[in-house]
Amino acid sequence: MRHPDTTPAPTPEQLSLLADRAMFIRSETVRLAAIAGAGHYTSVFSIAEILATLYYGRLRLTPGEPRDPDRDRVVLSKGHAAIGLYPVLADLGFFEPSALDTYTRLGSPFGDHPDMKKVPGIDFSSGSLGHGLSIGVGMALGARLGGRDYRTYVLLGDAELNEGQVWEAAMSAAHFGLGNLVAVVDNNQLGIDGMTRDTMPVEPLRERFESFGWRVQRVDGHDLGALLAAYDALPDAADRVPQVIVADTVKGRGVRAMEYSPDWHVGNLVGEDYDDVLAEIAAGLRPLEARA
Amino acid sequence: MSEDTTTLPEGAAPDAAVDDEAQEQSDIFNGTGRTGLRNARSSDGNDTRAIPAFVFGEELADLADVDPRVVVLTADLARANRAVDFAERHPDRFFNVGIAEKNMITVAAGLASCGYVPFAATFASFAALLGCEQIRTDCAYPQMPVRVVGHHSGVSMGFYGTSHHSPEDLGIMRTIADLTVVCATDANHLRALLRASLDHPGAMYLRLGRGRDRDVYDEVPDLTIGKAITVRPGDDLTIISTGTEVEPSLRAAEALAESGHSVGVIDMFTVSPLDTEAVLSAAARTGAVLTVEEANVTNGLGTAVAECLFQSGTGQPVRFRKVGIPDAYVPVGPPAALYAHYGLDAAGITKTAKEMLV
Repeated sequence: MRHPDTTPAPTPEQLSLLADRAMFIRSETVRLAAIAGAGHYTSVFSIAEILATLYYGRLRLTPGEPRDPDRDRVVLSKGHAAIGLYPVLADLGFFEPSALDTYTRLGSPFGDHPDMKKVPGIDFSSGSLGHGLSIGVGMALGARLGGRDYRTYVLLGDAELNEGQVWEAAMSAAHFGLGNLVAVVDNNQLGIDGMTRDTMPVEPLRERFESFGWRVQRVDGHDLGALLAAYDALPDAADRVPQVIVADTVKGRGVRAMEYSPDWHVGNLVGEDYDDVLAEIAAGLRPLEARA
Repeated sequence: MSEDTTTLPEGAAPDAAVDDEAQEQSDIFNGTGRTGLRNARSSDGNDTRAIPAFVFGEELADLADVDPRVVVLTADLARANRAVDFAERHPDRFFNVGIAEKNMITVAAGLASCGYVPFAATFASFAALLGCEQIRTDCAYPQMPVRVVGHHSGVSMGFYGTSHHSPEDLGIMRTIADLTVVCATDANHLRALLRASLDHPGAMYLRLGRGRDRDVYDEVPDLTIGKAITVRPGDDLTIISTGTEVEPSLRAAEALAESGHSVGVIDMFTVSPLDTEAVLSAAARTGAVLTVEEANVTNGLGTAVAECLFQSGTGQPVRFRKVGIPDAYVPVGPPAALYAHYGLDAAGITKTAKEMLV
């Protein structure tokens, strides 16, 4: 199931399928947010290509056996993007897609943040930022101890890197030699209050992770081919150097009015806006426009 | 002016214990010091028995010999809590994360999600206060079988002061849902707890003293987590105690027996969920309940017992008092002096009990 260096370049058909799934992730996010009356649109839009390439391209998963001990693990450390992950898990067969109609309603398994005890396919509950990389360290140690070759992927936001525990975990991953641990940083450059660089900058990410003993790849987080290539460039899980993929993304990518906007961290699309946004997503990604 | 509880009254420290305590306090961090945790003398300075001290690492190493799920983590305190005894025998299953308690607890949760039973140990003040959210969100809520071990709890860090005291941990931990909270009474009891913890569902907080606690149990007791142990029956008053306070409670009951009072002692080692049946049957039998804990009385064992009694609906009047640490910062001082200061030693417990027995 691994994709070593010999993995051929993705075909146009494969890339087209992944682009379609990224579109699906965005449109489902809009649909589910309407049930709740609020949703983290932009935090999903920045990782739509990351989720699509991982879940439809590279993860070793058995949807019928969500607790398969040899499955690759994913920790959505930026748990507020769960609204974009639930539809993927349903689509892959972890549960019935119709179950998502209860999204956030009283007693639903599907809250704004994911719950591993309630949602098949969620490998660990999250929501409090800064914890996920430590969870990943534990899972990677577990793989090592159990002689299993699965990888653990931890998806973090850039502003989340302000949390000190992330760096405790980063330090320990390198010390414990966890080459089976992959951090993917959704570098969408925005926190709730504005640009990460203004609120509390996290750059230089390459130098910071390298100085903590990690190998760093930096890619365009909306380039499907580049993301696949980054996963394929990961060393064997037995390697001793933890891996980070810094994915440069745009918060809100795919909906022009939301791109780079701190105003849509949580929002609610209604009326014509709802229809317009779905139509814009269905038209596919347009080239980014220069920021004002 | 409110009473200044941070200043120790003159003469409150029992002099005989001070030298011994000073040495013990200096040995906390290396765990193998000149007197050493393994050969520490008891806190009254007269009893020179070797105390079995922290059997934590040794017992877990024994368990790990037959149970591949057992792993141990600590945060640069492997000598203080004797996790080194585990590390020597199972180096591949021991993880020292350095001074990073939050990471330690969450890494343990990640390991637990892969089928391991991790024991994550550090000073109680850091485990339960610094790591509180990690215990709640990453261990208890997702029902991960992580055993967070808070050692040197209460005031046992003595002169190291408020940063290292943990009167609050018991109250904080017991209000976290799906977190079993247990206190170790002595070395044999700790062995029993560690064994029983392996197959207990969900997350657990194990509260330990300083590893030099005097024996209550001559052998490893049979116990069921959630079920109190009656260590001494009595008809006039029931002392409900936990952890380090069971032993002085027992001595108080013995002293009171000499003056003709029948005082029972219950080891309520599981503070959450509380064994309400044991509480109510003790109240029915004696009509008087005294709780004793090395913890803040605002929200600890005493509060839990009081809640149980008041909500029982029996209508039976029960005399009730609780002994513990008031809701104020603890002064520095040798632990034995602090126990005396708060009436948490045998003499203090005896005094309070007598007031209830008139």
